[in-house]
Amino acid sequence: MKNIFAVAGVVIKELYRRKDFYVLFILTVLICLVMASVNVFNDKQIVRYLKELCLLLIWISSLVIAITTTARQIPAEREQRTLLPLLAKPLTRTQLIFGKFLGCWLACGLVLVCFYTFFGALAGSRDHAWPLLNYFQAAFLHWIMLGVVVAMTLLGSLVFAAPSSNSTICFVIVMTMLTVGRYLNAVALAQSEPFRSIIYGFYFAVPHLEIPFEMRNLIVHDWPLIGWTFVGLDALYLLAYAAAFLVAACLVFRRKPVN
Amino acid sequence: MTATVIQIENLVVEYPARGFRQPATAAVKKLTLEVHPGEVFGFLGPNGAGKTTTMNVLLGFVPPTSGLASLFGIDVRQPIARQRIGYLPELTYYYKFLTAEELLRFYATIFGIARGEADKRIDVLLKLVELEHARKRPIKSYSKGMQQRVGLAQALINNPDLLILDEPTSGLDPLGRMKVREIIQRLKNEGKTVFFSSHELGEVETVCDRVAIIHQGELKAVGRVDEITGRHASLEKAFLDIIGFPSAAAP
Repeated sequence: MKNIFAVAGVVIKELYRRKDFYVLFILTVLICLVMASVNVFNDKQIVRYLKELCLLLIWISSLVIAITTTARQIPAEREQRTLLPLLAKPLTRTQLIFGKFLGCWLACGLVLVCFYTFFGALAGSRDHAWPLLNYFQAAFLHWIMLGVVVAMTLLGSLVFAAPSSNSTICFVIVMTMLTVGRYLNAVALAQSEPFRSIIYGFYFAVPHLEIPFEMRNLIVHDWPLIGWTFVGLDALYLLAYAAAFLVAACLVFRRKPVN
Repeated sequence: MTATVIQIENLVVEYPARGFRQPATAAVKKLTLEVHPGEVFGFLGPNGAGKTTTMNVLLGFVPPTSGLASLFGIDVRQPIARQRIGYLPELTYYYKFLTAEELLRFYATIFGIARGEADKRIDVLLKLVELEHARKRPIKSYSKGMQQRVGLAQALINNPDLLILDEPTSGLDPLGRMKVREIIQRLKNEGKTVFFSSHELGEVETVCDRVAIIHQGELKAVGRVDEITGRHASLEKAFLDIIGFPSAAAP
């Protein structure tokens, strides 16, 4: 475990010493501040839409940070040859993969804390309401969902040669799962065999990320909290997918020559 | 103590064919080699001879196609085989956003060195490679020579019994080369084993006890430096003769 935490520590240091996160955070803050200062026709309902847009922006920013940070981890180690002195130490490849995963995932957690704290402060100053538990549920499932994204991107970084192609593919897959994943069963029903079975197969095989995505509504519409059992089950469901991607990444990396 | 530090027996490394109907490339062919404790062993060969591939097998980067390779009697495929070794790659690139101190602490953690002990070793090593003044600066601000010295420090962080150096003086100025030679000599005096590849044959002649010459993946000669040099005027002449370079015929 010590080795895994050591690798994770380096990943987190890299994130806060590079400029990417700050650029994206400042950009998000500026856009949110501009939107928050807009008063359209004195309509109070408009605040909901602005909150929804700000949260969508936070989702996109966090996905960009998670995918780009993870996608470059192993390829950068290979390209800059830092992998050689690292694997010449008593560090297993599995420990390296888990360390990279943990580092990226914890870094995403820190990013979410910054984003949600800023958003909560901004929304609270407009609404004069502080539904902290709603924020916690939304941010928690958002973070767990990013675990799936990080693990999937890590696997992609071992399969695809270039980080840019991996990032693009992962971003498209995640956005597709977030937006149309839930409709796949309806699409399957409208098809004839064998497409129906194939699409159903996809529907049950792909990780459904829409629940964390829909948790935004708790904040936007001030809906009551959802059951903690349901939150826990969804977290377990997502963690199972993250674990499956990680195991696949370890298997792929074990066979790869590193020279 | 094991009788051999490095043991290689009938090692074959083949890289898979890149194209359809192309044969696999044999980088190392039936290599057998032993390195004993306390030796400074030079591993020589022209570019593409299979030196780096052999080192990559020893470090667990590349799996052998067949044959056996072990460090301190432990199969190189076991990560624990790397507990007692230090490695300096030919081109040193380290995490540029870390400082030298952070980099050494990170590697010390991987070796399972306790914090207090790691602090002491970091102080000693940074003094040894003359980077004490720059220990808190990010590596990206270092010159090439300074980066090479960080590399040397990281290779020594676990006080290794075996040091594997892949062309350690490549790209270094005369001062840097002298420093590397000094460190190899110091390790030799401490009874450590050093296994290194180099194209600087004069340097090899100065510091090595034994050398092996490899060409096109095959071991061509192994023995003491004076045995290899034999009737030739220098190790360089002997090397050229062994690998079959025509102009080496003249003494």
